[in-house]
Amino acid sequence: MSWLTRLLPSVSSQSEQRKGVPEGVWSKCDACSVTLYRAELARQLHVCPKCGHHHKLSARQRLEYFLDDVNYTEIASTLQTVDWLKFKDSRRYKDRLTAAKQASSENEALIAVKGRLCRLPIVVVAFEFNFIAGSMGAVVGERFVHAVNVCLKEKLPLICFSTSGGARMQEGLVSLMQMAKVSAALAKLTDHHLPFISVLLNPTTGGVSASLAMLGDVIIAEPNALIGFAGPRVIQQTVGEVLPEGFQRSEFLLKHGAIDMIVDRRHLRMRIASIVAKLIRQPEPTDTKTAIN
Amino acid sequence: MSKNFVDFERPIFELEAKIDALQNVSHENDVNLNEDITRLKEKSRQLTASLFSSLTPHQVLKIARHPDRPYTHDYIQGLFTDFDELQGDRFTSSGSAIIGGIARFDKQPILVIGHQKGRGTKQKIHHNFGMPRPDEYRKALRLFRLAEQFHLPVISFIDTPGAYPGIKAERHNQSQAIANNLKVLSQLRVPIICIVIGEGGSGGALAIGVGDQVLMLQYSVYSVISPEGCAAILWKDATRASEAAQAMAITAPHIKALNLIDDIVPEPLGGAHRDVAQMMQNLKEVLRHKLAQVMHYECDELLNVRYQRLMSYGALQSDVT
Repeated sequence: MSWLTRLLPSVSSQSEQRKGVPEGVWSKCDACSVTLYRAELARQLHVCPKCGHHHKLSARQRLEYFLDDVNYTEIASTLQTVDWLKFKDSRRYKDRLTAAKQASSENEALIAVKGRLCRLPIVVVAFEFNFIAGSMGAVVGERFVHAVNVCLKEKLPLICFSTSGGARMQEGLVSLMQMAKVSAALAKLTDHHLPFISVLLNPTTGGVSASLAMLGDVIIAEPNALIGFAGPRVIQQTVGEVLPEGFQRSEFLLKHGAIDMIVDRRHLRMRIASIVAKLIRQPEPTDTKTAIN
Repeated sequence: MSKNFVDFERPIFELEAKIDALQNVSHENDVNLNEDITRLKEKSRQLTASLFSSLTPHQVLKIARHPDRPYTHDYIQGLFTDFDELQGDRFTSSGSAIIGGIARFDKQPILVIGHQKGRGTKQKIHHNFGMPRPDEYRKALRLFRLAEQFHLPVISFIDTPGAYPGIKAERHNQSQAIANNLKVLSQLRVPIICIVIGEGGSGGALAIGVGDQVLMLQYSVYSVISPEGCAAILWKDATRASEAAQAMAITAPHIKALNLIDDIVPEPLGGAHRDVAQMMQNLKEVLRHKLAQVMHYECDELLNVRYQRLMSYGALQSDVT
């Protein structure tokens, strides 16, 4: 059984829940509405073969697609979220956390692991958007720092997949300070000449964009991802004019010099492997995983 | 008293107006009303003390945003001598939401930087209401590097509603400008003292707010998002800012309790705007003490302590790494 077929059951059940598509072997593209054979969509890493739309992936799926295998070691997985402020809006933060854990099957909005990419040992962190919009509170900040520390100790490159609404309001100023914390940790990585590859997914905004996500030695985005500091709605309200077509999308960022490249998800794994190998002066890697296309 | 006052200051304002009137009458007609004036002054003092003894976070926010509150430029004038403003990001812009330059504090040369809100429509527009754009973070970065080059300690005044949310700001990569400052400040090889003097608005504040000592004035606020923004997201209703201010714990004592700042600088009765000279005096004393403290370290030790401080923000227990 290949890694892909192993994945399929969990992939299809999750997308069913999210989109409410009736049970079956067919799925609809969120963007072009074309009807797709579910197994084919999974084979394409959830990129629509017709229009190229990149559907959202969970952090786990992301890791499984990206790494050689699922034999990775989790970093700082036992950190517990703290309700610093006893925060309550329409719901208590505690209840929101419980719901987020159920919705995402993760205990926080970031997973950090040590694994292998084309046999190269690396550390990968991935944001889980289904956990309170991938927002960065103390656990996310701390887990990110732990991941950096593993890199420093074992001289490993770091790869981060960001998708986040920004800082987590429910943790007040503690969440803002995580921006300073993760940026300081990344400065250490720079000191030690260890590469940091930042991959921006749809959407990456606010405090995550304005800290770790924009500090990559190489910054890559998936196509058509919303990336920016302020959200488009806030900007529209402030400037009171219609935002230009494609504003804050990957292609806009590439054009204005904010990122190095846009890479289709189906080529991401090998593209990053090749970049990392060059930066750590290793031979060009070959794919160790069954070819996707 | 000035004619600017915020809602809950009204009773104080009315009393002060009476005192002013009596003083005028006394002066113009050469009659002695000293007894009445003294009595009213005492009453005003007591009223202020009682109002300010139990401010809600939302009231503190109003004081932090008070139109008469001293701004960065007032502190530069009040605390330092021989100020030379240095301008421009050296690329494209001379934006003034952040101002800075070199000056002397007790004869010691320092680099000063801070958000400037501006008074009056023209100045407000000139300073973009203290809301920095990417060019201004890059100008700040240039000045930080200048300080490092010439071994000048940095004193940073924080007073911004937040980074400016605009089309051009995004085009010029606001995120990168903020992120890069955070990274560079964490290793800048000179002592840095940051003081939140009014509003510490989110990433716009933090981008010049990473340092060896972070202080807040008694009635300043510091928050991850503006209370209006928070209310708009959580309750879909920006008018519930008061509840958001309460929920987010934005006042100095709350933030000190979370160990995110080092000290709170006391303000004169009724807030900094009621006695600017006294405010300058209070801050001057604290600054002398703090500057001596941070200048005591060897550079590598200073950076190590700064790093440990950053790592302590929201530090959590963990079984494994």
